[in-house]
Amino acid sequence: MSPTSTREPSINHGGAGIFPPAGGKGGDGAGGGGSPDFTDRLRRARLGLAVGITPVIMLFVSLTSAYIVRQGLPTLDEKANQYVHDWLPVNLPWLVLLVNTFVLITSSVTMERARRDVARESALAPVRSIPGVSLGQERRFPWLGLTVVLGIMFLFGQWMAWQELEYRGFFLATSPSSSFVYLLTGMHALHLVGGVIALLYAAAITLIDKPVDSRRVVVDVTAWYWHFMAVLWIYIFALLEFAR
Amino acid sequence: MATTVHVHAHAAPQGFIRRYIFSLDHKVIGLQYYFLALTAVFVGMFLSLLMRIHLIWPAAKIPLIGTIQPETYLSLLTMHGTIMVFFVLTTAPQGGFGNYFLPIQIGAPDMAFPVLNMLSFWTTFIAFLVLLAAFLVPGGAPLHGWTGYAPLSALSNAGPGQQLGADLWITSIALFCIASLMGALNFITTTLDLRAKGMTLMRMPLTVWSWFVTAILGLLAFGVLLSAGILLLLDRNLGTSFYVPLVVVNGQVMGHRGGSPLLWQHLFWFFGHPEVYIAILPGMGVTSQLLSTFARKPIFGYRAMVYALMAIGLLGFMVWGHHMFMSGMSPYSAFAFSLMTMSIGVPSAIKTFNWLGTLWGAKIRLQSPMLFAIGFVSLFVSGGLSGPFLAQPVLDIPLHDTYFVVGHFHLIMGVAAIFGIFGATYYWFPKMFGRMMNENLARIHFVITLVGTYAIFMPMHYLGMAGQTRRYSQFTEVAYQTKLIPLQRFITYAAFITISAQLIFLFNLFWSMRKGAKAPDNPWEATTLEWTTATPPPHDNFGGQTPIVNHGPYEYSVPGASRDYIMQTDPATATAH
Repeated sequence: MSPTSTREPSINHGGAGIFPPAGGKGGDGAGGGGSPDFTDRLRRARLGLAVGITPVIMLFVSLTSAYIVRQGLPTLDEKANQYVHDWLPVNLPWLVLLVNTFVLITSSVTMERARRDVARESALAPVRSIPGVSLGQERRFPWLGLTVVLGIMFLFGQWMAWQELEYRGFFLATSPSSSFVYLLTGMHALHLVGGVIALLYAAAITLIDKPVDSRRVVVDVTAWYWHFMAVLWIYIFALLEFAR
Repeated sequence: MATTVHVHAHAAPQGFIRRYIFSLDHKVIGLQYYFLALTAVFVGMFLSLLMRIHLIWPAAKIPLIGTIQPETYLSLLTMHGTIMVFFVLTTAPQGGFGNYFLPIQIGAPDMAFPVLNMLSFWTTFIAFLVLLAAFLVPGGAPLHGWTGYAPLSALSNAGPGQQLGADLWITSIALFCIASLMGALNFITTTLDLRAKGMTLMRMPLTVWSWFVTAILGLLAFGVLLSAGILLLLDRNLGTSFYVPLVVVNGQVMGHRGGSPLLWQHLFWFFGHPEVYIAILPGMGVTSQLLSTFARKPIFGYRAMVYALMAIGLLGFMVWGHHMFMSGMSPYSAFAFSLMTMSIGVPSAIKTFNWLGTLWGAKIRLQSPMLFAIGFVSLFVSGGLSGPFLAQPVLDIPLHDTYFVVGHFHLIMGVAAIFGIFGATYYWFPKMFGRMMNENLARIHFVITLVGTYAIFMPMHYLGMAGQTRRYSQFTEVAYQTKLIPLQRFITYAAFITISAQLIFLFNLFWSMRKGAKAPDNPWEATTLEWTTATPPPHDNFGGQTPIVNHGPYEYSVPGASRDYIMQTDPATATAH
């Protein structure tokens, strides 16, 4: 009878290799940063985001499968008493959606600039704190603010696209296809609103001068979420366009 | 490991509200979950008692409630199922014990995201209130069962409870989904990122493994239920036709057309099957922990146990169709689902074999937690064996709408998981409250509950084979059904006794909290990290220290060691090797 695991495990710091070591209290210079557990916090927040995105993906996977299955499903025509295909392809308001896509991708770029800015700022923070050292007041471009504006522009553009659809006679309950168009774009918009709120929070703590490290964690995680939203939008647009 | 309290970055909050109501401490949140589930389980049991009374005395006048109408019976059925599945079986093992002990067992000071953890509990709490509110609105609680099949669930004029009550039901489920997703996110991040030095994945206690795999299942499953619920709300309130085909209700043609009720079933069961593993896997983890501890032997085949957990979790996502054999699915898909379902028998058998292997030749300490762990194995086997029957379409079709299914899922998902909760309660009570529970009362509780639940649910298999239909409120109208009423009466009597016995547990729980014998730090001589710290654990779990793990979780009776167990934090030299 031998005990379960007396032999020395191959990896000592916990994890199957792909995961960052647990318990090792940061501070090894990577990323620099004032507080010692900063790298831990950043890594944990990123891991949390990666895990948190999973159910969002599952939500859209299930909606996609419902969309595709419904498309191929015949419906009973009560007058002719036979099964007919009643899938009415929705002509998307192309122009508006293309502009929206462009706006969202641009916002993703500005978001990335904001993320890199704050990362650099946090890396330089220890240098800046040395008495007598001055790096000069660089004027920073408000990338974060621009991203918020672009995000709200995108939401407004989606609203315009819905107006256009209604003008063409496609309401939420008009046909199964129009229900799905509103559903998929609406769910995406809802998730994007969450991203905008996170951005506003990040902007708010920038204004009240929280320590740069806390700001970096918030901006960094929001940036990854924002990129995910952009990719998700391109996916939804492609799905609605090419699988009509 | 001696624990001395030092000042730590985590200062314990002052003030009643921050400490006990909106606490960020995973231990307090764990207890909040536990007591929420305890409340819910008594509500759920009360509803089942009303159903049992109605089944054998349909005309009985119950004080304050009056005579139960057939539609009320369906409301009771719906609410009993929903409360038990979501607010008891999902809440207590994972939200309760998982929250309390996962961080401690991996040597972490708290969960990865304490605020999210608090939000998760309070969202669950609100979801519970919203669900209970369905009883109070005009029309009462919904009739569509815990599975909420469309089109019944999608049409507000389909029955008395289908108006506001059904909307509240869906809202409650959606809130519960969001809460569970927040919880799962926390569990996964914590397990991956906050393990103490030396706590490798293969040194984690099997309880932690089971909570971890359960969290992954929840993460993947609850998002799907959420999307299903959103579609249902749209169908009900905004006139879409995702689930509703052209239907006529009470002679009135509804505005919907072209929807597919099967879409709901697919989405629901894609969540629903993993959900039954969400309920049972933590029980498996606790059982493994208890069997090893009280048999004073390492768990037989630790790695096999871990891989079996993963296999059950993975296969759990591929078998949802076996709930839908009755839906007229293609025999080819039915065959595939049937095959996948029966293959779950393999990892389940591995687990059962390893539990028995752990017990084999052991000097068993038959204390109350161990009794419930053995009870779990017994119920898991007897409830599980009817699984392969129902996994076959040819057998499922005649049995599906009968009491056979009721007996099956109550034994394996209901009572087995509850035994896991009981075992965990008796085992961890000393750590949580610093006192021991009364052992004699615990034994009485165990014997009555084990015999009682078998007496309730075993005969249901025979009822089912004899053709007794489930979900029916009365059996007095059809001759062959009437002949089965005596057995139903026996079940009701057994239910009365078993439910009464739970009051012993309740008394023991609250009495021991105040009057129980003082518990030492490690009353069961167990090895995992929660037994190295003070009782009850300080705010940051280890009093300003971080444990260093040198051993696997189940090193009992190691040859050459000075005592018959080696704590995970003992120095590495304590091993004979």
